[in-house]
Amino acid sequence: MQLQTKIYRKENSQKIGGLLKECFKDLFSSHFLSKQLAIRDIKSQYRQSYLGIVWAFIMPITSAFVWVFLNITGTIKLSDTGVPYPIYAFSGTLIWSITKESINSPMAITNAARSVITKINFPKEALILSGIYKLLFNSAIKISLLVVLIFAFGISFHWFLLLFPFSVIVAILFGTALGLFITPISLIYNDIAKMISLVLNLLMYLTPVVYVVPDKGLMKCLMELNPFTPIIATTRDLALGTYPDYLLYFFIIILICVPMLFIGLIFYRISIPIIVERLNA
Amino acid sequence: MRDEEVLIKVEGLSKKFCKDLKTSLWYGIKDLVSNVRGNKNERRLRDKEFWALKDINFELRRGECLGLIGHNGAGKSTLLKILNGLIYPDAGKVVIKGKVGALIELGAGFNPILTGRENIYNNGAVLGFTKREIEAKVEDIINFSEIRDFIDMPVQNYSSGMKVRLGFAIAAQMEPDVLIIDEVLAVGDLGFKVKCMNRINELLAKSAVIFVSHSMVQISTISTRAMLLEGGQINYYDKNVGKVVEQYFLKFETTDAQTIGNGSVRLKKFSFIKDGERALSTQINNGEDLIVEFEIEANKALENLKFRLGIFNIEYKLLAEVDSSFTNFIGKVVDGKIRVKTIIKGVFLKYGKYSLHLHVTDLDTNKKILRQSNVGHFTVKSTITVGSDFLLPSEWY
Repeated sequence: MQLQTKIYRKENSQKIGGLLKECFKDLFSSHFLSKQLAIRDIKSQYRQSYLGIVWAFIMPITSAFVWVFLNITGTIKLSDTGVPYPIYAFSGTLIWSITKESINSPMAITNAARSVITKINFPKEALILSGIYKLLFNSAIKISLLVVLIFAFGISFHWFLLLFPFSVIVAILFGTALGLFITPISLIYNDIAKMISLVLNLLMYLTPVVYVVPDKGLMKCLMELNPFTPIIATTRDLALGTYPDYLLYFFIIILICVPMLFIGLIFYRISIPIIVERLNA
Repeated sequence: MRDEEVLIKVEGLSKKFCKDLKTSLWYGIKDLVSNVRGNKNERRLRDKEFWALKDINFELRRGECLGLIGHNGAGKSTLLKILNGLIYPDAGKVVIKGKVGALIELGAGFNPILTGRENIYNNGAVLGFTKREIEAKVEDIINFSEIRDFIDMPVQNYSSGMKVRLGFAIAAQMEPDVLIIDEVLAVGDLGFKVKCMNRINELLAKSAVIFVSHSMVQISTISTRAMLLEGGQINYYDKNVGKVVEQYFLKFETTDAQTIGNGSVRLKKFSFIKDGERALSTQINNGEDLIVEFEIEANKALENLKFRLGIFNIEYKLLAEVDSSFTNFIGKVVDGKIRVKTIIKGVFLKYGKYSLHLHVTDLDTNKKILRQSNVGHFTVKSTITVGSDFLLPSEWY
C-alpha cells in the first residue's frame, strides 16, 4: 500500500486547480462527518428546548406580523403586492431569514468549532457542508410552513411551486458563498460579525421583503441593483405562482454563484491554518 | 524494508509568533492577503514577533519514538501543531508519510448535551473514521473506556476523568502511521493510565511516535530518542534518552529555601565539606560519601535534638533520608548554638542535581521545631546513564 505523503511548508505552492481538486476530494470524503456534525448540532439544539423547531420560524413570523399589523391598521401605506399582503410578508420574511442564515452559517459554524479546529486536523470543508445540511433542514421546515400558509390563504397550486425549492437552494448557496469570504476575517475580528448583522438588517429594507419594488425613484434603482432582490423576489414569485420579474438577474446570480462558491471554498481552505495560529497565539 | 522508511522528515523548520494580541490579529489579516497571493518571500521577524521554533531538524522512522521535552513555552506544542498540519511553518518544511493520528486534548469537540454514545459517533467522525468503522468499534470503545453504565448519559454530567477515558478510548482505535501524543496521560486514574500506556506501546511498534510529556519516567520508558527544546531551538538531541532527560534536569534552579518552624531554632550556616574545603554546593561521583556541616542557633537551651536530612531530586521527589537516630546521636545546644557534621555514606544516586532538606526535632516535646528546604545543593557527576533513581554498586562474575 502506498502511503499518502503530506508536505507542510510556508508557501502554498499549489495552483488554483489543484487546490480546488483537493477541496472537492475533502468535501466528498467528509460526507459522513458533515452529516454527523449537522445531526449533532440539530439534536443538541432541540434537546435543550421545549419549543424546539418553533424557534426556526418564530422570528420571521413575528417580523411579518408586525408589518401585517402596520399595514392593516393603516399606520403605513404600502403599494399593492398583487397577492394577499399577509402571505406576501410571510413569504418575504421567511425567504429573507433563510438567506440571512446562510450568510451567517459558515461564520457561526466555524466559530463554534474553534476548539476542535485548533486541536484536530480534519477536512474543514466538512464544517461548511454540515452548515449547508443544517440550512437545508431548517429551510425545509420553513418551506413546509410557507406551503401550508399559501394554501391556507387560498392561493391555488401552480407548477412554479415545484421550482420553488430549487430557488431556495440557490439562496442558500449564494448566502454560503458570501459567508465563506467573510468567515476568516470575522474569526479574527469580532467586529465583522456585528457589522454583517447590522448591514443585513439595513439591507432588508433595500430588498422586496415586506414591500414591493417601487415603480420609480432612487429606491427602485437601489433595490434593482441589490443582488438579494432577484433572489428574494424570484423565490417568492415561484412560491406564489406569480410571474418572476427578475428572472435574468436571477440567472446571472446563479452563474456568479458557482465560481464564487469555489473561490470562497479555496479562500476558506487556505485561511484556516492562519486563523488557527492566531486563535492560539 | 518498510520498517525502516522515514515517516517524518523535518528540515529547517521555523515558526514565529506574536507577543501582542492586537498586532497578532492584524498580522493575521495581512497573512490572509499575502497567502492568497502565494507568499514566496523569506519571512523575517516583524515588530513584536519572536521565533517560537527556530531551525528544527530531525527524522523519524517507523518503530521509533521521539520524546520531546522542555520547559513550558519551549515550543513543544507548536511543533506538534505543525506536524499535525494545524498550522503551517514560516520556514523549512515537514514531510509526513501515512496517516497521522493525534492524542491531543482528548474529547475535544464533545458536545455536552449529547450522550456518550452519540459523542462516540461525532468524535469518531472528526477523527476520520467511517460510519461502518465506528459501528464496528463502538462496543470496543465502550469496553475500553469502562463507562458502560453512563454511556447513554449526557457528557456534561461526566467527570473530567470519564471524559478523558471516553476520548482516549475513541482515539485509541486509530491505527496511524504517525502518532502524536501530547501530555494526555496526565489525567485519569492509575488503572486507566496503565491501560493507556499499554495501548500506546502496541501502537509504538507500528508507527513513528512523537511524545510530549513532563513525566520523565514516561519519556524514559517509551522513547527511543529524545529532544530537549529550549526557547524554540534544539538544545540537546540524542538517542540516549537518559542523557537528554538529565540535561533537562540540570536546567532547573531550585534555590528558594522555605522554612517552617516555631522559631526557637534557626539555621545559621550550612556547607558541604570536600577535600577540607567548605562550599554551599558541591559535586561528587556516584557512590562517594557526602559530608555536610551545619550550625544551628537556638534562643533557649535544648538538650535533646534529632536531625534528619532528606535528599530530593529535581522533580521534588524524596529519594533518600539520613537520620541522626541511626547512630543514636543527640544534639545539645551549648551557648545558644550547635554545630553538626554528617557523613552520608555511599551516595549511589544517578547523575543529576539534588537538594537537601533539613528537619530538626526536639525529642523532649517530640515536635518538629525546624523544617527547611533547599538548604544545599549537590550534583552527582555522570558515570553510567540509567533510567532509575539509583545506580547501585554491583559485582559481576
